[in-house]
Amino acid sequence: MTGETRELEYDYSRLVVPFGPVHPALKEPVHFKVFVKKEEVVDVGLRLGHVHRGIEALAETRNLVQAMYLVERVCGICSHSHTTCFVGALEEIGRIQPSERALYLRTLVFELERLHSHLLWLGIMAYEIGFDTLFMFAFNTREAVLDLFEEITGNRVHHSMNVIGGVRWDLDGRMVEKVGRSMSKVREAAQRIREIFQDKTVEERLSGVGLLDRGAAQELCTVGPTARGSGLKTDVRKEDPYAAYGALEGSFSIVTRTEGDAYARTEVRIFEIFETINMINEILARLPGGSIRPGETIIRSMNRVPQGEAVSRVEAPRGELLYYVRTDGKGGLRRLKVRTPTLANIVGLRQMLIGGEVADIPVVVASIDPCLSCTNRITVIDLDKGGAGEPLRRRRRKWPH
Amino acid sequence: MGRGLRAAFRALLRKPVRVRYLTEAGEMVPVPERYRGKITYDKGACIGCLLCIRTCPSGAISTTEEKKVEFSVFKCTFCGQCAEICPKKAVKLGSDFELVVYEKEGMVVR
Repeated sequence: MTGETRELEYDYSRLVVPFGPVHPALKEPVHFKVFVKKEEVVDVGLRLGHVHRGIEALAETRNLVQAMYLVERVCGICSHSHTTCFVGALEEIGRIQPSERALYLRTLVFELERLHSHLLWLGIMAYEIGFDTLFMFAFNTREAVLDLFEEITGNRVHHSMNVIGGVRWDLDGRMVEKVGRSMSKVREAAQRIREIFQDKTVEERLSGVGLLDRGAAQELCTVGPTARGSGLKTDVRKEDPYAAYGALEGSFSIVTRTEGDAYARTEVRIFEIFETINMINEILARLPGGSIRPGETIIRSMNRVPQGEAVSRVEAPRGELLYYVRTDGKGGLRRLKVRTPTLANIVGLRQMLIGGEVADIPVVVASIDPCLSCTNRITVIDLDKGGAGEPLRRRRRKWPH
Repeated sequence: MGRGLRAAFRALLRKPVRVRYLTEAGEMVPVPERYRGKITYDKGACIGCLLCIRTCPSGAISTTEEKKVEFSVFKCTFCGQCAEICPKKAVKLGSDFELVVYEKEGMVVR
């Protein structure tokens, strides 16, 4: 070839970099249309819906017991949060009061789930900043919690713990001891993870990245650790106690940070791990006696749920999870609406990414702990334009409510 | 440096971290007592009340001509609702988790 070189001129004012839906940094499909000026992010467009599964519509074709197992499969990490929220709504409609012990056991599994979710997230965050050893270490620690799930409920991911008016599995003395022993092991490992995350290198990689100030966090309705990392003191467990959190109010506190960057969100989650371990020990110490579920079959409990509607919310590991349930009084569902925490947090991503660098995108996206398969449950259909709106219009004709 | 070397030598002498998986025929990785694996079905005890079909979330259970049920394990989500609702305890979730077969027929419990 000749030594001639040709200078090509590009207009760098608004280059579009597609990010996803298949991308090595993110394991779940989401598409970001990133407008860049050299290395700086100018604007971000977001597109969801690649793994929409239609769970809400499917739930309406089933009875309440079947729907309970279906909503558990909305998320593979916070599966117990979904059933607790759904069953909470049903119990509110049917005015069913679970026993004290059932509520404590529900809370115990809930907190174990938060523990494993946060440990998983710390691993993913370590992986995103290029620290694979810590990723392995965090996942190894999480394994101890998953083994506990397998021991208590019989399954590592989908626990099937809740029934209408109680829980399915009880804890005996041996298991209580085992959970306590595992907790002290997890605490030791978490302390080590905390020390590594407080290292200067990690701090420099994460602080100042993905800034979301308090005002923006409030305006964009962010929830969970994302909001708490921006200084908002919000936690459904304190504001609207469900399960046994009302009785356990004194045994945990809300962790907040005011910096609003990725490092603050990391710190919030790390300290929440210790809060959670403390709370699990408290639950084990205070576990009341009594029965764990009503003495009737689940079909009878299901038929006792009358026609009605309720909104229920819980604090899932990623933030506030909200369910709207409308029952038809014949053991079925007329409408189910799920608002997952990531759906509330993902709008904050635009604010976090603008002004940052392209190389920071994976870290910032991971810092809100996105669970995108849960989020893919909205379909925006313009009814006036027809086309894709036709199936929805047919559904509306079928059920006028 | 010395610490690293010592750790490396200790790791050399230690037993492997991994759990042995089915190196000898019939030797299973132990599962907990409450583990929900492949369904076992006691046909003699079944009274054909069909409550399990009513509550199965995945439609894995179907009726047979002799008023009993059969389970398609490949559709099963292992929630254990059928075992819980059965009034005669004819359905149980066993400890078998090796669910790979050459023909679908092998995954139907009758």
